[in-house]
This record gives sequence, structure tokens and C-alpha cells, in this order.
Amino acid sequence: MKSLKLALMGAIALAAMPLAAQAEPVAEVLHYWTSGGEAKAIKELQQAFEKRGGKWIDAPVAGGGGDAQAAVLRSRVLAGDPPAAVQIKGPNIAEWAAAGALGDLTEVATAQKWDDILPQAIKDVVKYDGHYVAVPVNVHRVDWIWANPEVLAKVGAEVPKTWDEFNATADKLKAAGIVPLAYGGQPWQDATVFETVVLGIGGVDFYKKAMVDLDEEALGSPTMVKVFDQMRKMRDYVDPDYPGRDWNLATAMVMRGEAAMQIMGDWAKGEFAAAGKKPGVDYICAPTPSEGGYILNSDSFAMFNVKGEDKKEGQALLAELILGKEFQETFNLYKGSIPARMDVPMDKFDACAIKSMEDMTAAAKNNTLVGSVAHEIAQAGAVRGAFLDVVTAHFNSDMSSEEATKKLIEAINLAK
Amino acid sequence: MSNLDIVRPENSSFHWVGRLLIWTILLLFCLWFLMPAYVVISTSLKNLEEIRGGSLLALPHELNFTAWTHAWNEACIGVQCSGLKPYFWNSVMMVVPAVLFSTMLGALTGYTLTKWRFRGSNIIFALILFGCFVPFQVVILPMAQTLGILRLTNTVYGLILVHSVYGLAFTTLFFRNYYVTIPDELIRAATIDGAGFFTIFFRILLPISPPIIVVAVIWQFTQIWNDFLFGVSFTTGGSQPLMVALNNLVNTTTGVKQYNVDMAAALITAAPTLLVYIVAGRYFVRGLTAGSVKG
Amino acid sequence: MASVAARMADRLERWMPKIVIAPGFLAILLFVYGFIIWTAYISFSKSRMLPNYDLIGLRQYERLFQMDRWNVAFTNLLIFGATFILVSIIIGVLLAILLDQRIRIEGAIRTIYLYPMAISFVITGTAWKWIMNPSLGLETVVRSWGWESFSFGWIVDQNMAVYALVMAAVWQSSGFVMALFLSALRSVDQDIIKAASLDGASTAKIYLRIILPSMRPVFMSAVVILSHLAIKSFDLVVALTNGGPGYSSTLPANFMYEMTFRRNEIGVGAASAIIMLATVVAIMVPYLYSELRGSKNV
Repeated sequence: MKSLKLALMGAIALAAMPLAAQAEPVAEVLHYWTSGGEAKAIKELQQAFEKRGGKWIDAPVAGGGGDAQAAVLRSRVLAGDPPAAVQIKGPNIAEWAAAGALGDLTEVATAQKWDDILPQAIKDVVKYDGHYVAVPVNVHRVDWIWANPEVLAKVGAEVPKTWDEFNATADKLKAAGIVPLAYGGQPWQDATVFETVVLGIGGVDFYKKAMVDLDEEALGSPTMVKVFDQMRKMRDYVDPDYPGRDWNLATAMVMRGEAAMQIMGDWAKGEFAAAGKKPGVDYICAPTPSEGGYILNSDSFAMFNVKGEDKKEGQALLAELILGKEFQETFNLYKGSIPARMDVPMDKFDACAIKSMEDMTAAAKNNTLVGSVAHEIAQAGAVRGAFLDVVTAHFNSDMSSEEATKKLIEAINLAK
Repeated sequence: MSNLDIVRPENSSFHWVGRLLIWTILLLFCLWFLMPAYVVISTSLKNLEEIRGGSLLALPHELNFTAWTHAWNEACIGVQCSGLKPYFWNSVMMVVPAVLFSTMLGALTGYTLTKWRFRGSNIIFALILFGCFVPFQVVILPMAQTLGILRLTNTVYGLILVHSVYGLAFTTLFFRNYYVTIPDELIRAATIDGAGFFTIFFRILLPISPPIIVVAVIWQFTQIWNDFLFGVSFTTGGSQPLMVALNNLVNTTTGVKQYNVDMAAALITAAPTLLVYIVAGRYFVRGLTAGSVKG
Repeated sequence: MASVAARMADRLERWMPKIVIAPGFLAILLFVYGFIIWTAYISFSKSRMLPNYDLIGLRQYERLFQMDRWNVAFTNLLIFGATFILVSIIIGVLLAILLDQRIRIEGAIRTIYLYPMAISFVITGTAWKWIMNPSLGLETVVRSWGWESFSFGWIVDQNMAVYALVMAAVWQSSGFVMALFLSALRSVDQDIIKAASLDGASTAKIYLRIILPSMRPVFMSAVVILSHLAIKSFDLVVALTNGGPGYSSTLPANFMYEMTFRRNEIGVGAASAIIMLATVVAIMVPYLYSELRGSKNV
């Protein structure tokens, strides 16, 4: 940590400080939003930024849900030349802040009254040591089922409300020769489905114990065995070509009626919207079976320590825009998520988004709001990776559920 | 040319069976090598409906180059919809100097290590040669720090430096193995005539080097043009090389995945190196014969 | 004055070889060996998200070898490396020998065999991903020809995915091996062949007993170049299988990347890099040794 500070200070000293009194705000934005609704959404931000006289330097690093971006970010920070705003999230924000790499947004935050407009769960993520170091963009719900009603109707089924119903419906679909579950076999997608099953079968308290507190007893419990049993069942509900498939291609399978359902966060809605599909008509969104739980995922931009007035102004402007009411609305309409601030009028949003908003408010009140592991809200890189490894290894092999729980404990202890 | 036919009589029917077998195997392998190219090219010429409805191996109904112009001019890479065009020039600006530097330096180093040996020169060669085998993932982080200190981050000069250094190991190997086969007496005679270090290099060795220069240039050109890892790690946005832009383009989808555009983009990206191999492939093999295959 | 200048020039001339070598060599010292030392140091440190210089001994190596993912990756490297090198050489030698039989359109065929070398692994991986995809590619095509039971699902089978990598890598590299051997065949001493042929040896026997054994150095070069490709295979995995299904086809280079950049485990990543390097050294040092011995005799 110390060495990084030294490195950063050294880099600052070396910099040939370009000084301008009335600097044009500049922001280099490092992101991995390159698909469908995401690409449209980030374009909105760019346009809003440029309308206010800013100069936007786009730095997209596509691929792997940010894998490549993570490498770029580290090499830029080590080189002493970090981008202004970087799309990172969850505990990673705190880790970068602890390393002294992030700037301070207190000024904008006070002016814009962020303390009053953000929900607590989000504040926990973007604040470090009492200061705002990142700007939240949105709230995604992870535990959704996306279903094609026409396909379900073929076997006379509706969207399942319990996991038993889910299995019964899937068996019927399978018997009718329809792929029940559109699935992309990538570790993060395996983990996405896994955590909705943990929430559904284990309940909120179990989720918190096992996934958040990493309690060994919970991780090795019969409940966890049941969760893996359900994952094994799901393996029968996917088509044989699932390995390596991107999530948006799985979504397209539901759209085209090649599969009945997909379990995926609400970024999938952005794909439906981009294809001109209507919720409630062309597709149905319903929470995965659970008792009032809500798995939260939130994108945010962390603001790194940059040198030069123009860049600092760029960051401030970017922060202001991102949490502005207008942008929160347009952006989240594209992205499929709901606004990060709670006072945005919801009249333009569709039924799915409104349901997400209501459920989140209720979940926050009942204390049943949990962070996603697959999407790095509840756990940072190493532990999340341990979950991913075991879940994906189990799903793609004949590993028994008992062995999977054992391996899970081992892997997590190794990663802690 | 051939070794054995010269001494084999061409009379038996056995011979004809043999020829048939040889041709069958050769042509089957041709099919195997050409299949991916065929799939990529024919897909790039189809429209999306044809791709979805038709078979992978089917010929396109008509020659349709819209995917190509789209990939070159308009395809979106992140939020910028400028196609591959600007990135293509980024790559050219990076490849040309990097290939020149590493080839020149490799020629001089190979020359010195074979014709002006000094105590320790073999160890130096071994140390340089080992550079061929360093997995590049190992060097990303320290390299990032070094580029930061040199203030070359996010510039084409940084990439030129990186590629020149890691290419040097290979070029040195090529030139050294080539120059080893040239008799030392030539050099000795020239020294007696009063020729110096550079005179000998430019007057005697360089004129006979074209075969190995071709090998080194082709090798370096292919390696640097096709690099993804350094490009993605050390540049962002507008200064990225073509290979990185290709990755971003393929992963940038708006609604529907445009396979034809992806494939056209891949072909545009591969075109320069393909051209080099097709045009200069013969010299490449000849250059290998000339010396670099020596163990 | 003139003689001083001449002496200076003379001295300069004597130092010239070292002066010429110095910049390149120093760059290699820093960018290869300096960085290896840095990585080795980091592998003994407790680095996680960013490099950290507090040493903790062998802890990272202990953690590394307890990780299932690493053991899979390392085993895969051995399987992938061995199969890839063996198959590439077999195909390369076979094609070289066949092409050496006075084939009329040799130039064209050789270009077809050689062109994959020009293409990046990213593109190779993408193209093969399509062809090997059961619902899009070859399987469907062959079935539509009427061979209903044809199945080619390596890429989605966790036991076979690593061989899908081998297949694509062999496709890319065997043409190069062919070129190496073809050029070597062209420089074989004709007299020996004539003599053997007059003794009544068959074509196959001449190749197996006389020509191929005389090409030991070429086999050496081929093995070295191919193992360099095997160790560095990273892009191919990313483009073709992305390590899947699960992590069954992941390779050490991908493991290292994932740990270092994605999981905030720079220490473990560095440790895995050092193990990779140790593997390279184990293969390379005998080669370098023979290389140096050989050059003394020239």
C-alpha cells in the first residue's frame, strides 16, 4: 500500500503539470459496456458530458465481463497514469480506496445531497472512510426469471413460483422437446444461477451466513447440499451447446422461442428492449422463487486520483451528470436497471422496473436485501473466484453435491 | 528438387497407387487447412438471415460486401462508431518501426556474436535466446511500471519499445544461426585488408543476408501485428492497435450479433499478414533452408 | 595529434562489438531478467491487489498447489503441450515428405499449408469455435448429409475441450513444421541417398533409417519453437473455449492472468508464473547447452 502511494507521488512529481485556469473538463472513461442496451446507455452519458462542454475519452475494454479491463486498470495505475473514471464495483472500490488510489468526491456529493437520495445499501458500497469515492449508476436485480409466455403456454404452464414448480414445469417442457432453461456456460453465469438457488432454497438468513459471512457450518450444511442437488437438476434442463455461450445469446434464445426461461439479472431486459420486445406481452419477468429476497447488483464508477485541473473538473462533471435525475432516467431505461437514487419518477419505466423498485424498498425495510456474489457486491475478487471455481466445476462435471460443499469450504479458506 | 524420384524408376503400377495416395492425403490436408478460411470468408459475404437459416458450409447466394464496408467504416467499437479504419493505421505506425528496429538490432547482434566473439559472448547469446520463452503475462505489471517511469504509457512509442525488445531474442537467433554458416576466413581476410567492424558488416554480410532478413521480417511482422496482450494492456481508446479494436468490435453488439461483420472485421485484420505470407511465403521457406533451421 | 586520433579510433574499433551489443543486451537484461527477478520477489511476498514488498516465504506457492484450478491448468499444459508438439511434428514431417515427391503445384499447396501461421490465435480460435460448435458447425452439416449419428462435440465436453485446443493449435502450426522439414529435406546429401538406393533399400526405409535420423537438429528446433508456442498459448484459449466448460481447458498462462488481474491475487499469480518459467527452463536448458557446445565447434 505504501509503495503504491510512493509510486503515485513519484508519478505526480514527474508529471509536467499542464496547468490551465479555465480548463475544459476532460474525462477518460474505462468501461466494459459494449453490448446491446449497455452500449446505448453509455453513449447517453457521453452525449450528456459533451453537451456540457466536456471532452470524453472513450476507453472500452470489451470481453469477459471486465476481465480484460481489470488488467488494463492495474497496468495504468502502476504506470502512474490512471483513467479518470473506471467501472468497478463492490468491495473492490474499498480495496482501491484503501490503496490510496481513489480521489475524493465529497464536494460534489455535498452539493448534490447524495446522503439524502441514495439508499443505505448503495452508500455502503461507494463510500470509504466516510468519503464518497465512487458514483453509483444503477441498481440491478439479479434474481429474475425471463420467460417466453408463448413457449410456456405450449405446456400449459406459468412462470414458476417455487423451485418444485420450476422443476415440474421444466420436466414438462423437456418432455415436449423444448429447452427449459436458456443457459450460458460461463463461470459467472453458473454463479448467477447458483446464488438465486441459494436464496430460494436456503432463504435470506442462510444466504447471509453462507455467502456473505462465509460461515463454514452453513457452507457445509445439508441445505447447501440441497442447493447443489438443484444445480445438478438444472444441468438436465439446458441444451447441450451451453458451454461458453454469452448471456445475451441465451437471452436471444428466449426471445426467439428456442428456450422457455432464462435466469439472469435485469440487464437481460436491455436486450429485450433493444430488440423491440414488450414486457408482459413478448416476455415475462418474475423474481426467482424466494421469500421476499432481493439480490442486489450495482454498477458504479470509481474516480481515480488524476492530476490536472481539467481532469478533476471532468470527474466532478461526470459525477454530477451520472447521479442527475435526467441521466438516471434515460440511462436506466436503456440498461434495464433501476435508478440508484430513490427520488426519480418511475412513470416512464416498465412493469419489471417498477416491481424491482417496490421489491427493493420492501426488502430494504425487511432486511432481506442481499449483495450478489457472482457480481462482486458481497465478495471481492479472490473469494468470489473461489465460489465461481467450485460452482462451475460442479455444474460441468459429475461431482457429487457433498463433494462440492467440501471443495467450496476448502477453496474459500484458501482464498480468504 | 526431389530426392528419391531421381533414383526410383517410374514403371510399376505400384507407383501409380502411390501417387494417388500421396495426392489424396495432400488434398485432404488442403481441405482441412482451408475450411476455416472458407467458413470465415463465406460468412462475411452472407447477410444475417442467410447465416441464421443456412448451413455453415453453404455458399453465399450473392457477393455482398456490405459487411466489409460496415466493418471498415461504421462498426461500433465501444461508443465510437468509426469502424476499424483508424485502428488499422495505429497498427501500421507501430509495426513498421518495431519490425525495423528489432531486425536491424538482431542483425548486428547476430553478426557480433558470430564474427566478433569475445569472452562471455556465448553466455550473452544464451541469455538473449532465453528471452524467446518468457511468457508475456509475466512481464505485464513490471512493464507497466517501467513504461510509466519512462513516460511512454498509452503511446505508440511504448509499444514499439516493448515489441522491439521482445522481438530481439528471435531476430538474434535467426541472424546468429545464419551467420554461423558463413566462413570466418572471409572476415579474417577483410580485416587484413583493413576493413573495420561496420565496413565488414555492410560490405560483406549484409549483401548476402536477404534470405534471412525475409524470415526475420515476416516473423516479426506477424508476431507484432497479431499481438493482443501488450496492445490491450498498455494502450486505451483511440491509440489501440487493430487487434484490440477487433476484440472490442466482436464484443460490441447492439441488439443482434452481426456475425458477418465480425468475420469481415477478422479478415480485414488478418489481411496484411496473409498477404505477406502468400506473396513472400516462398522466400520464407527458402530463408529457413538457408540457415535458421540449423539446430 | 593524428596518431592520438588513430589510437582512439583503433581502441574504439576494438570496443565496437561490445558497444554494438550493449543496448540490446542491457534492454534484455532489464526487460527479461529484471522482470523475472521482480516477479520472483513478488511470488514470495504477500501481494494481493497491488504489488506489496513484505515477504512471507513460500506461502503463495503452498496456496497455489492447493488450488484445484491450478492443478487442472498445469496438467492441461502437459497434455496440451505433449499432444500438440507430437501431432504437429507428425503431420509436418508427413506433409514435408509427401510434398517432396515432385508435386507439380507444390508452391500453391505449400502456401495453403503455411497460411495459418499468418493468422492470430484470436481469429483462429473464433473460426474453430464456430466449426466445432455442435449446433452451428460441422456436426450439423455432416448430419444434414445423412450421417445422423455423427457427433463432434469436443468443445462442449469437459474431457475433450483441451483436445479442441490441440486441434486448433495444430492447424495453426503444422504448416510451419512442414516448412522447416521441407527445407531440411532439400539440403540432404544426395550421395548418401543414391548409395542406399543402389543397395536396394526401399523409399520408406531410406526416409526412416537414413534421412530422418540425420535431421536431429531440425527436430530440436521444431520442439523448441512448438513448446514456446504451447507455453505462450493464451489468446487461443480465450478465443476458443475461454477455459471452459467450467475451467477444464484452462492453461497456466490463463490461470496467471485470472489470478493477477481478476482475483486480486498478484502473489499467487507471480508464483504460478515462476513455476511456468521453471518448466521452460527444464525444457530449454538442455537445448541451450547443446546450442552453445555446438557453436564452439563451428
